[in-house]
Amino acid sequence: MNVNAKLTEKIAFGFIGASIFTVVLFVCIILYYIISNGYPALSWEFFTSMPRNRMMEGGIYPALIGTISLIIGSMLAALPFGILAAVYLNEYAKPGKIKWVIEMAINNLAGTPSVVFGLFGLALFVRYFGFGPSVIAASLTLGILVLPIVIRSSQEALLAVPMEYRQASLALGVTRWQTTKSMVLPAALPGIVTGSILSIGRVAGETAPILFTGAAYFLPRVPNSIFDQFMALPYHLYVLATSGIDIEGTRHIQYGTALVLLLVVLGVNSIAILIRRHYKKKLRLN
Amino acid sequence: MVFKRRHKEKLIEATLFWIGSLTIIILILICLFLFRDALTLFSTHSFYSFVTGSLWYPTADPPLYGLIPLLLGSVLVTFGAICISVPLGITSAIYISEIASPRVASFLKPFIEILAGIPSVVYGFFGLVVLAPYLQLWLDLSTGQVALTGSVMLAVMALPTIISISEDAISSIPSSIREGSLAMGATNWQTIYKVVLPAALSGISAAVMLGMGRAIGETMTVMMVTGNAAVIPGMPEGIVESVRTMTATIALEMGEVPIGSEHYHALFAVGSVLFIMTFLINLAADIIKKKYRFKLEGS
Amino acid sequence: MGEDFLQNFEIAIKVNNLNLWYGDNNALKEISIDIPKNKVTSLIGPSGCGKSTFIRCINRMNDLVRTCSIEGEVLVYDEDIYNEDIDVVELRKKVGMVFQKPNPFPMSIAENITYGPKIHGIKNKNELNRIVEQSLKAAALWDEVSDRLDKSALDLSGGQQQRLCIARTLAVNPEIILFDEPCSALDPISTAKIEELIMNLKKDYTIVIVTHNMQQAARISNYTAYFLHGKIMEYGDTEQIFENPRVKSTEDYITGRFG
Repeated sequence: MNVNAKLTEKIAFGFIGASIFTVVLFVCIILYYIISNGYPALSWEFFTSMPRNRMMEGGIYPALIGTISLIIGSMLAALPFGILAAVYLNEYAKPGKIKWVIEMAINNLAGTPSVVFGLFGLALFVRYFGFGPSVIAASLTLGILVLPIVIRSSQEALLAVPMEYRQASLALGVTRWQTTKSMVLPAALPGIVTGSILSIGRVAGETAPILFTGAAYFLPRVPNSIFDQFMALPYHLYVLATSGIDIEGTRHIQYGTALVLLLVVLGVNSIAILIRRHYKKKLRLN
Repeated sequence: MVFKRRHKEKLIEATLFWIGSLTIIILILICLFLFRDALTLFSTHSFYSFVTGSLWYPTADPPLYGLIPLLLGSVLVTFGAICISVPLGITSAIYISEIASPRVASFLKPFIEILAGIPSVVYGFFGLVVLAPYLQLWLDLSTGQVALTGSVMLAVMALPTIISISEDAISSIPSSIREGSLAMGATNWQTIYKVVLPAALSGISAAVMLGMGRAIGETMTVMMVTGNAAVIPGMPEGIVESVRTMTATIALEMGEVPIGSEHYHALFAVGSVLFIMTFLINLAADIIKKKYRFKLEGS
Repeated sequence: MGEDFLQNFEIAIKVNNLNLWYGDNNALKEISIDIPKNKVTSLIGPSGCGKSTFIRCINRMNDLVRTCSIEGEVLVYDEDIYNEDIDVVELRKKVGMVFQKPNPFPMSIAENITYGPKIHGIKNKNELNRIVEQSLKAAALWDEVSDRLDKSALDLSGGQQQRLCIARTLAVNPEIILFDEPCSALDPISTAKIEELIMNLKKDYTIVIVTHNMQQAARISNYTAYFLHGKIMEYGDTEQIFENPRVKSTEDYITGRFG
């Protein structure tokens, strides 16, 4: 019986080992294909030149600028509201029904499919507000998409600020808002920045929400106002890979674009991790 | 001055309350705008034929807006993804939290998190140019753009969600429970299988639900790799045939429909169904999670 | 309680029939006590007896506990601090508090001191510098840190951190300072320094200190109140309480600890 139990354990652990190996293998294979095939396409010119010859040659400049505009626009929309919503939930809201409903809404918003956000952006921003397909409509849509991420990470950051700081500040005769503004938010800032940076990665990579809210198939210029349409990296990749004029012939541009997307997302995530590490030491949180 | 300051604090609290409630307002707005445009469809098209229709031919005359093939397409691809990612995800979570040394675990966790960061269009691209041709070759198919390709890609995408939440659930089991079992002469595996996993079950179920929500709502990946044939998939052979999901339908067709047309409203109706489904899945996951937290704290 | 021993003193804090509940738990029962101005009054008793809960009523820190409800009167300089018109912020400026665990803010030493004054409206640089120096001197920390005021407060030792917290409290010019077991996290040498500091501070401030260390109460306080199960069992001159307790449970507690 003992031998049996030992054997079962061996088999079970064998399966578990095989499965974690598979998962790691997935990561490696995906990274390997994108990096090894995309690397040769990267050059200074790739980043700074317009697509040429019906997108069969040239670079990704307008798509890069478009994605950067989306990042800026959506952050401007999501950060203030997300951070203040987290402040409300952590510093002001009493536990109870209202707080529960808000938390529930955040979870549901976080789980709502991105294509649904696209439909919503189309109905509300493009049509109802009359922005038309534009940078601003897409930015606001993406802003709503990442709002739950910003709220969640800001909440976590606020939670990491020790209760004693708040008590000490209140005991000095400082109001709750002043305590939040001068004590709690500065101490939570690195955590909040980390979370926001993670949401930048999300904004850069999302495609479905911008499909109907302003992404252009091809636009030989950068957007000249927030009410202009734009090209964006993920949509550009989608277009080249599925409906370009020469799908096979532009593989190198596709891999290059995929790699740029990957680098943006991974780069942004690594920066977030570094910031967190740096400030954790400095603030001695945890 | 005291009066002024108190007034200011009250005002700030009220403002913060409204900002805090913004997520609720947005959720209500989503329902409102989605359902409004969806319901318009049923003034010209019967609700019954939308829900039970087995054909999706929006450009036929008269157009047919049958939800069933799209719904089954979504269900099939998601089901396939769950079959792959749940066993892989849970066993990986067990490895990270119960077997791996802390050093290995602290390397594995961020490494697997990379999967969560990769944009879905990149997954779609990878599936399209790498996985699909291989599957076509290995399984001797006429095309590699089939439900299975979508399932595999979705499974990989759902892995980080399933792993990290299951891992949280497993790690939150107090070590005294483990020690109690080990002290009675149980092997590590017996302890994991008979004690740790049952205790973490509701957390793991929540993880599976959330992974499922993520998979069913995924758009770009499935659109790029599943071939997008709007036919009712055969069971089980449909897994190696082209299918079309609800998300892909919306994304593919919305760009080409005239705004305000019947087809436009039909796509909003599909979006509403999708929204309601994910809403219910997320709600269920939330309730399971809450119950489980209560259970751990209650004891 | 008619406290004869206080007859000739000005009363800073007067508490009448104070009851406090955490949910259903009646944590303080019928507390009545007069605390004299410019003296050190210590509150002793076994853990869970309500002494810390009581001290937190005096600057309304219990407001932060959601399940907490209070009945009765707490008068600070004849003003009922639980009256609806009272401004909690003003009250907390007047009644400072030093906590059990040193809790300097993650800022520089100088910023820790100026945090309160700045928020309360002092902008002048020279004035702020003066406050920093004055507060640190009053907290007997100036000589040790005057050359590194811009360094992080978190780099100080535990005892220095606690004196910084005292200095931070002094910087907003309180009249009363509440100490909630200020030395429980400190080594004996740091403790001695803080005790000396408290004895010096009583010239200018009314001090209430919660302590579980009876020698400490005996060393530094003028008056002592003994708490048990949420009630004050005995209150009197410190010397009398320790040498000649009138109540049996006080004697048991004191001899149990000293013996």
